[in-house]
Amino acid sequence: MFLVASGLSIIFGVTRIVNFAHGSFYMLGAYIGYTLVQAIGSTAIGFWAAVLIAAVAVGAIGVVMEILLLRRIYRAPELFQLIATFGVILVIQDVALWVWGSEDLVGPQAPGLKGATSILGKPIPEYDLALIAISPLVLVGLWALFKLTRWGTLVRAATQDRQMVAALGVNQRWLFTGVLFLGSALAGLGGAVQIPKGGADLLMDFNILAVAFVVVVVGGMGSIFGAFWAAVLFGILQTFGIQILPNSTLVLMFLVMAVVLIFRPWGLLGMPETLGQAHPGPPEQPLRPALPRVRALGGAVTALLLALPIGHLVFPELVGVFTLVLVIEIMVFVLFAAALHFIMGPGGMVSFGHAAYFGGGAYAAALLVKFADAPFELAFWSAPVGAALLAFLFGWFCVRLSGVYFAMLTLAFAQIAWAFVFQDMPGSVLKTFGIADEFGTPLKITGGDDGLNDIWPSGWASTRIAYYYIAVGLSVAALWIMRRFLYAPFGYTLRAGRDSPLRAAAIGIDLTRHRWLAFTLSGAFTGLAGALFLFSKGSVFPTTLEIARSFDALLMVLLGGVQSLFGPIVGAAALTWLNDLFSVLSYWRFLLGVTIIALVLLLPQGIVGFAGTRLGRRLQLARPEEITA
Amino acid sequence: MRSSKAFLTTTGAVAAIAAGVAFGSASAAAETIRIGDINSYTRLPAHTVPYRQGAILAIEEFNRSGGVLGRQLEFISHDDQGKPGEAVKVAERLFARDEVVLISGSLFSHVGLALTAYAKKSKRLYIAAEPLADALVWAQGNRYTFRLRPSTYMQAAMLAAEVAKVEKAKRWATIAPNYAYGKDAVAAFQRVLTELRPDVEFVGSQWPALFKIDAGAEVEALKRLEPDAIYNVTFGGDLAKFAREGKLRGLFEGRLMVGLLTGEPEYLDPLKDEAPEGWLVTGYPWYDIETPEHKVFVAAYQQRWDDYPRIGSVVGYNTMLAIKAMLERAGSTDTEKMVDAMEGLSFDAPTGPITFRAIDHQATMGAYVGWTALRDGKGVMVDWKYLDGVGYLPSDDEVRKLRGGQ
Amino acid sequence: MSGAQHECVPVLEVESLSRSFGGVRAVDRVSFTLFSSELLAMIGPNGAGKTTCFNMVNGQLRPDAGAVRLNGRSILGLPPRSIWRLGVGRTFQITATFASMTVRENVQMALVSYHRRSRALWRPARDHYFDEAMTLLERVGMDRQYDRACGVLAYGDLKRVELAVALANEPRLLLMDEPTAGMAPRERMELMQLTTEIVHERNIGVLFTEHDMDVVFAYADRIMVLDRGQLISEGPPMAVRSDRKVQEIYLGGSAVYGTEPA
Ligand SMILES: Nc1ncnc2c1ncn2[C@@H]1O[C@H](COP(=O)(O)OP(=O)(O)O)[C@@H](O)[C@H]1O
Ligand SMILES: [Mg+2]
Repeated sequence: MFLVASGLSIIFGVTRIVNFAHGSFYMLGAYIGYTLVQAIGSTAIGFWAAVLIAAVAVGAIGVVMEILLLRRIYRAPELFQLIATFGVILVIQDVALWVWGSEDLVGPQAPGLKGATSILGKPIPEYDLALIAISPLVLVGLWALFKLTRWGTLVRAATQDRQMVAALGVNQRWLFTGVLFLGSALAGLGGAVQIPKGGADLLMDFNILAVAFVVVVVGGMGSIFGAFWAAVLFGILQTFGIQILPNSTLVLMFLVMAVVLIFRPWGLLGMPETLGQAHPGPPEQPLRPALPRVRALGGAVTALLLALPIGHLVFPELVGVFTLVLVIEIMVFVLFAAALHFIMGPGGMVSFGHAAYFGGGAYAAALLVKFADAPFELAFWSAPVGAALLAFLFGWFCVRLSGVYFAMLTLAFAQIAWAFVFQDMPGSVLKTFGIADEFGTPLKITGGDDGLNDIWPSGWASTRIAYYYIAVGLSVAALWIMRRFLYAPFGYTLRAGRDSPLRAAAIGIDLTRHRWLAFTLSGAFTGLAGALFLFSKGSVFPTTLEIARSFDALLMVLLGGVQSLFGPIVGAAALTWLNDLFSVLSYWRFLLGVTIIALVLLLPQGIVGFAGTRLGRRLQLARPEEITA
Repeated sequence: MRSSKAFLTTTGAVAAIAAGVAFGSASAAAETIRIGDINSYTRLPAHTVPYRQGAILAIEEFNRSGGVLGRQLEFISHDDQGKPGEAVKVAERLFARDEVVLISGSLFSHVGLALTAYAKKSKRLYIAAEPLADALVWAQGNRYTFRLRPSTYMQAAMLAAEVAKVEKAKRWATIAPNYAYGKDAVAAFQRVLTELRPDVEFVGSQWPALFKIDAGAEVEALKRLEPDAIYNVTFGGDLAKFAREGKLRGLFEGRLMVGLLTGEPEYLDPLKDEAPEGWLVTGYPWYDIETPEHKVFVAAYQQRWDDYPRIGSVVGYNTMLAIKAMLERAGSTDTEKMVDAMEGLSFDAPTGPITFRAIDHQATMGAYVGWTALRDGKGVMVDWKYLDGVGYLPSDDEVRKLRGGQ
Repeated sequence: MSGAQHECVPVLEVESLSRSFGGVRAVDRVSFTLFSSELLAMIGPNGAGKTTCFNMVNGQLRPDAGAVRLNGRSILGLPPRSIWRLGVGRTFQITATFASMTVRENVQMALVSYHRRSRALWRPARDHYFDEAMTLLERVGMDRQYDRACGVLAYGDLKRVELAVALANEPRLLLMDEPTAGMAPRERMELMQLTTEIVHERNIGVLFTEHDMDVVFAYADRIMVLDRGQLISEGPPMAVRSDRKVQEIYLGGSAVYGTEPA
C-alpha cells in the first residue's frame, strides 16, 4: 500500500499529474513479476531478482508513457493529462487480458518464506514479516535519495515551488522522466512484492487505484512520509475495523479520509497547495455570445433531434428504434457532463464524485415510487430535488477545499453514499429498531447490490417516442438554462472565484457560499440526468454511484474540452457514441483507449479545441486569436 | 495463456457462427434464428468466456444437425461491461438492430435483475443463465424471465442439508463478500441450517469487500470467534488469499469448512496445489462425471476449444439446449408462444434432466456437492453427488407468496 | 486640482498594529492616520512589512495586536469582503484580475457585486452596469481596450484596470500595493497623476507603497518609512528626505533599492 501510494505521491508532487494509470502499473508489476517468478523464482535470489526486474520494467513503461504521451501535453489545461492516463488504463487492461489471459493468477509463495513463525503464540506468515521490513527500507531509501543526491534535491525543490525550478533552468524534461520512472517502478514493486500474498488479476488496477489515492491524500499530496504514516494508519484500522465492525470494510477508508480532510484540508503531513500549476495552460478565452455559425449548428442539431422520431415513423429502416434509445442515452450523459462542467469549468471545482448526485437523484425517485407509490410525474422531479439536497449537504464540507483535496473529498462522499445504498444501510438501521422481516434479516430498502427494479414512466410517457421527447426536451432545456446561468452574473462570479480568489474577495464576493450554491445547482441538474437514466432503464443499482461512473463524466468533460461550454456536450456525445460503437467488438477497450490517446495528442484543448485550430477558424467556428501583448 | 488463446478464437467464431451460411442483410433474419447473448466479457472474462464457449459449441452442433425448425441458429454476443444500464441498452440493440428473438446469458445478479425488469416491460423473452439472485424468479419474477442455474438459495440449502448431518459442528462462523450475493448466501444457509438443526449457533460473520479482502486480518478475526465450523462464500482472488492465509495461520485445523461454489473449476483450479482440502463444497467435478451424455459433452468441448469445461461452459451449453427444446416445442419465434413453451419445459442435458418450473420459471438443474481433495497437485472434488434442484426449492405456496401473487 | 475644497477627516486610523511570522516580527507596533483626499506613501526596503500591513488593513491577514478603524469604526477581524463593502478598494502588488474576462467584464463584476447582484441567474452579465463600467474605464483611460481579455493585457494596462475595479464600490480608502511596479518610468508618472486626480475628485484617501522615489516625492502628501516592521520616520516629503535614519537605509545600507521581484 505504501509503495504504490508513495509512487503516486511523488509523481503528483513534482509533475502535478493525477496519474490514473498508476493502478495499471501496479497490475503490470504483478503480472510481469508473476511471469518472472515462474521463470526464475524458484530460489530465494531468483525470486527477489524477479521482483526487482519487474519493478524496473514497469518503471521503464512509465518512462515510455511520459516520453510518448505526457510530454506532449504538459501545456494543455490542468488535469487534461488525466484523460491520457485513462486511455492508458484501457489499453493496459486489454493488453494484460491478451497476454496473461482471463484466469486469476495465484502467486507462488516466496522461496524460503513459505511458513509461519509463531510470535506471541500467534502464527504470523514469514512473508508478512518480510513485507513489514520492506516498506521502511524503501522509505529510508527514498529519504536518502531525496536528501543526499542532487537529483533528489531538485525533486524536492520542484515539489515545493515548481516555477522556481523552471526559472533556474533545470531540465524539467529529464526531471519529470526520472520522476515517472521512480514512481512507476514503485508501483511495479508494490505489485510484484504482493504476489505471494495474492497474485495477479484483471481487477487489481482499479482496486488499488482508489486505495492509493486515499492514502496519498490522507498523508498529504507529495509527502512521502505522509503516505507512509497513512498506510500504517490504514493497515491498523483495517485490522481492528474488521474485528470490531465486520461490515465496515467498504467505507472505512473513505470515512477516515473525509474526516481527515474536513479537519486537515491538506492531509496529515501535506502543505497547502501552492497557487499556480507546473504548466499553466493558456488562459481561458472570455465568454462571448456564440458565433452565428455555431448558433446555426446548435439549432440544426436541436432540430434534428426533435425530428428524429418523425424520421423513425416515416423511414423505420433508416432510423431504427435503437437510434432513439441511443440518443436518449447520449442526452442523459450530455446533461450529466454539462452539470459536472458547470462547477468544474467555470468554478474550477473538479469533482471526482459526481455520480453521487446522478445515482442519488435516481435513488430518490426510485424510493418514492417503491415505497410511496408516487406517480411518475412526482417521483421524477424528486430526483433533482433529492440530488440538490445531497449536494447541499456534501457541498457544505467540500467547497471549503480546493484543487485535488476538493476532488478527493467529493470522492469520499460519493463512496460513502455508494456504500449507503450498496449495504442498504437504511435496512440495517431499521433492524436495530427491531424492524425486520420474519427471519430477522434486515428489510430491503435500497435493495443493496440488487438495486430497485421495475420502475417505469407512467402510461402517457412510457412509449418510446414520448419518453424520447421527455428526455431530449428536458436535457436541451436544462442545457439552455445552465448556459443562461453561466452567462449571468452568477456564472461570471463563479469564474471570478476561479480566476482569482484574491480579487474576488477584494470585490466583496462571498466565494464559499457562491461555490456552495453552484455545487447545489450542479447537483440538481445531475439529479435530473439521473432521473432520465432511471426511467429509461427501469431500474437503479449502486453502480450508478460508483467511482467509475464519476470518472466517466469527468472524462467526457475533459475530452470535450473543459474551457468551452460546448466541450462537455461534445465530449459526452462522442464518448457515449464511441463506447456504443466499439463495445460490440472484442478488445474494444484497447480501441477506445487508443482513440482517446489519439484525440488527446491531436487536440490538446479537447475535441472542441478543434474550433480553435486553423481549419476551425476558417470554418468560422471560432474568433480570430487575440494577440498576446 | 491457454484461455487467452481460446478467447481469441472465440472472437473469430462469433463473427462466423452462422455455420458457413453467408448473411448480411435483414432478409437473412428470415432464414436464421438469432439468439442474443449479453454477458460481462470484459469485467469477468474468467467466468463468462467459458460460458460463451459452451453456448457456441451447442449452437454449432445444432446447426450441423440441421438447425432448429429447419433454420440455422445464430448467436450474437455482446459485452455488458458489468453494468446493468449498459446491459439494458445492449438488450435494446439486440432486439432492434440484430433482430434477435430472445436474449440469454448474464452472470452478475444486478445485471440479471435489470434485464428481468426490462423483459417484463418490453414483453420479450429473457433466459437468465447464471445470475444467482433469488429475486430474479421470486420477488422480481415475471412472465418473461426464466433462469437455468440453481440459485443462491438452492445451493446454500444443499450445503446446509449436508452439514446438518455433522453432529459436532455447533458453533458456526461465516465469511462472505460484502454485497447482495454474499448476504443472500449467508442468510439462506443460516435459515435452512437453523430449521434443520435448532441447536446450532452462529457466532459471527465477516464481510470483506468483494475482491479487496484483507485475508490476514479476516482470518485472525475468524479465529477469535472460535467456531467449530466456517461457511465460506468468498470466491475468485478473495478465495485464493483466504485459503492461503487460513492455511498459514492454522485457521482450518480441526474445523469443518464449507464453501459455496468453492468446488467450481473457475475458483478451485487457480489455487493449484494450495487448493483447500477436506472442505464440503458445491462445484463441478467434470473430470469424474461418468454419465455417457456428460462424457460426450466433455469430449466435444475439449476438441472444439482445446480446453476443459468449467461450470460456465456447461451452463452455456445447457442454456442453448433449453432454447432449442423450447423452440421446437413452441414451433415459432413468437415471444408469447416461446414463453408458453418455456413454462414446464423439460429437456435432457449432460448434467441430467432439467425442467423449467411453470410456477416460478426456475429450472431444476441441480448442483454437485462433495469434498475437496488434492490430486496430482490440483484441487478436485471427491465423494460427490449430484443433487437435483427439485428437492431444494421452496413449496409452491411459499413461491406464490414470494412472487406476490403473480 | 479640486481636492482643496474637501474637508480633511481621518479615514483610516491604525494603532500599534503587529504581526509576526514564526518569530519574525513582520510588522511591529505600527500606528498612523490617513485623511481623506490624502496620498500617504509607505516606503521601505523589501521585506520591511509593507504588504503585510496592507493585508491586515483589508482583512486578508489577522493582526496579532493593534487596532484598525475605518471612518471611526473598528474593522478588526472582518473578512476582506466586508471591509470592501465599507468602502475600501485595493490593488495588488502582483495584479489580480480575472484573466478569462474582458476588461469591461472585470469592472462589471465589481459593480455587480457592489449592487449585490452576484447571484442573479438570468439576465446576461454583459448587460449589467454596462455604462457605469464604461465610465470608469474612460476615467482610467482603458475604454478603448474594453473588449480585450485581461489574460492578454500588458502589465501597465492591468494596473489601470485594477484601479478602475477598485473604484467600483465608490471607496473612501484606496490601498495600492506598488501600483507602478513593472511599468516604464513615463507610465508610472501617468498612472500616479491619474490616481491623484481621481482621489481628489472623489475625496478618497490613498495608502500606497512605491519603490520609485521620483514617484513618491512627486505625488505623496506624506511619507512613512518602514524598516524591519517598524515605523522609523513619518512626515512631509521634505522632512523625510532629510531624515538621517532614512538616508542610512536607502543610501548607506545594503537594502535593495528598486523593483521587487514579483
Ligand atoms: N505568509 C507569510 N509567511 C511567512 N512570512 C511572511 C509571510 N508574508 C510575509 N512574510 C515575511 O514578512 C516580512 C514582510 O514581508 P512583506 O510584508 O511582504 O514586505 P514588503 O511588502 O515590505 O516587501 C518578510 O520578512 C516576509 O518574508
Ligand atoms: Mg510587498
